[in-house]
Amino acid sequence: MSTLIQSTPAAAQSDAAPEKELRPPSYWPFVVPALVVVLAIIIFPWVFTIWMSLNEWKVGSATTFVGFSNYLRLTSDPRFIEAIGHTLVYTVLSVLLPLVFGTFAAVVFHQKFAGRGFLRGVFIMPMMATPVAIALVWTMMFHPQLGVLNYLLSLVGIPPQLWVFHPATVIPSLVLVETWQWTPLVMLIVLGGLAAIPTEPYESAQIDGASLWQVFRFITLPLIMPFLFIAGMIRMIDAVKSFDIIFAITQGGPGSASETINLYLYSVAFIYYDLGYGSAIAVVFFLLIVLLAAVMLYARQRMLWTEIASDA
Amino acid sequence: MADHKISRRTLLTGTAAAGALSLTGLPARAEVNWKKYAGTKLEVILAKGPRGDNLQKYVKEFTELTGIQVESEQIPEQQQRQKCVIELTSGRPSFDVVHISYHVQKRQFEKAGWLADMTPFMKDPTLTAPDLVESDFSAAGLQYAKNDKGQMLSLPWSVDYFILYYNKELFQKKGVAVPKTLDEMLAAAEKLTDAKEGTFGFVGRGLRNANMTLWTNFFLNYGGEFLDAKGNILTDGPEAIEATKLYQALLTKVAPPGVAGFNWMESMASFTQGRSAMWIDGVGWAPPLEDPAASRVVGKVGYTVVPAGPKGQYSATYGDGIGIPAASKNKEAAYLLCQWIVSKQQGARLLQAGGGVPFRSSILNDAEVQKGVKTKEWLQSVIDSGKISKLGLPVVIPVAEFRDIVGAAITATLSGADPATELKKANDQFRPILERSEKA
Repeated sequence: MSTLIQSTPAAAQSDAAPEKELRPPSYWPFVVPALVVVLAIIIFPWVFTIWMSLNEWKVGSATTFVGFSNYLRLTSDPRFIEAIGHTLVYTVLSVLLPLVFGTFAAVVFHQKFAGRGFLRGVFIMPMMATPVAIALVWTMMFHPQLGVLNYLLSLVGIPPQLWVFHPATVIPSLVLVETWQWTPLVMLIVLGGLAAIPTEPYESAQIDGASLWQVFRFITLPLIMPFLFIAGMIRMIDAVKSFDIIFAITQGGPGSASETINLYLYSVAFIYYDLGYGSAIAVVFFLLIVLLAAVMLYARQRMLWTEIASDA
Repeated sequence: MADHKISRRTLLTGTAAAGALSLTGLPARAEVNWKKYAGTKLEVILAKGPRGDNLQKYVKEFTELTGIQVESEQIPEQQQRQKCVIELTSGRPSFDVVHISYHVQKRQFEKAGWLADMTPFMKDPTLTAPDLVESDFSAAGLQYAKNDKGQMLSLPWSVDYFILYYNKELFQKKGVAVPKTLDEMLAAAEKLTDAKEGTFGFVGRGLRNANMTLWTNFFLNYGGEFLDAKGNILTDGPEAIEATKLYQALLTKVAPPGVAGFNWMESMASFTQGRSAMWIDGVGWAPPLEDPAASRVVGKVGYTVVPAGPKGQYSATYGDGIGIPAASKNKEAAYLLCQWIVSKQQGARLLQAGGGVPFRSSILNDAEVQKGVKTKEWLQSVIDSGKISKLGLPVVIPVAEFRDIVGAAITATLSGADPATELKKANDQFRPILERSEKA
């Protein structure tokens, strides 16, 4: 603190120098490092990706400028179009399910009961594990002949399922893993929201004779909505770019039934070494994410207005 | 007379010299100067697996022999392929010796000109031991290692034949004979399937891409060829359709549920648990199958060649090689290492550990080496497969795309899609990719 005060007069002295007017703003040297970093690791890669997407760029052969033909190729690539569908289904399910279960878990863990702290700790454990390790464990659990899931089903008389080994059930099964892992995150966020709700509305609801569902629907839910929104946003960003779990469990299979844009992008760029086409996919994928984020922001904005409107 | 008498000693020396000459094959042949590059340091990049283990375990012997220091790293196959391609593209690879998967990378590496020509080294008696000659490598090995100009761009290291593993106990229980043809195999698999008990006649790779290595065994035995003379892809012809129908029947009627998502790991799990009676896969799985800690079928496994199809009997063959980047500055030293890697001793160790099969017939046919192999039946299946070996994938650049696209079509037939339609669709999708790759 003392050094800071001491240095001030020195700075003031240099301010008094004659070339004061010609001097550039004193803050700009401090901006340069940040500017360089942003240019080098955000702007440059993006511009370069766009540039690559306009070229036929295959590893091991010459690159040629081809304009938008990579993008045109995308429109008639059945694998890419299917991948968009898979990504959307996967994202919607793995946002909604953790939100529903996470909210439920938060309401449960908000009650006071013996061993609550311990159980909360246990509940958030899936979130702490490494996704690839989880994926490998689940792969064995999903095994139709040897997996523990089918054994558990057999105990209650349900016939064995194919889980990730059938095109029709692969995405829901993957969402199951995603939900298992990320429900605790939603719970933590919502739990924070619940702690902030005052008790008065609940007391008056009790006096008015509201049922448990009514209390949840008309008091708890509206009040935790902003928190749910944040949780939804985080989940969406995570789910849309999800890679590790899908790659480790199915590698996009069976066939290409669980191939999301991210997995297809990986195959094209790093297994087929078609960097130009891969870049085109990356650009479209980026636009899609921006679009989804914009939709969510718009929804958030509208929600705010309705809140203001209802307050008025 | 007495003066002309040949002394015992002279006779012995003479015989020894003649013996040595006949061994080297050429009179006055120079010796390999192993120590010439002593002090050189080599970097080796390996795909993770038994081949890499075998190298790393004994590489000290090479250093003792030559004085060359070797730094090697093993990286999982997929990542190793990517790393190599990226580094080779940069023009300054960090390694002097590279482990190649022929069935995926041959054409790509050739076309890009990434590998050094080893032919002059092989002709140089100061660099090459007399027992290392081209003709010692199997035909498939030479096909993989040589480019169309006849240059040796790598040394064939380890071959992977597909063989039929079968569970002798289940065969006996149902009174089924070991199938000789693909039709017999399907019939046998039907008899061996007992869904109530949870045992199935056949298991194999159903997962897209991985499944191609199994499917091509059927395709080749139905008389299929991957490319015509002009380089057009032929995987939608009648042979392919018939092969796919067999594949579909096997994997939907007599295989465990969920096989569409199986790679070798899931297939092996089913086989080692005694849940599947037959499994066609690469030759390298004998060690886990015979390991009591990992397998319930120890001592009950039969090994034989892939059954014959209507148009012949082939074992789909894949393989690895070891090469030197054209950009390496230590090519001669690297060549000495490559030579040591495929040497008789190293090859024998690899074979005896069950970690791979050398391409060199002098190793495979050596009685001493054979004695050291634990499972004789397995060894026999290897030798027999060598006689019917045929490359299991088309030699093109976009092998990965081929495996993905045709593989997806074949997986789709497991959920009831029509083989002819799916193969046609896959071919239409793959053809432009192939054309683009050859044009560039």
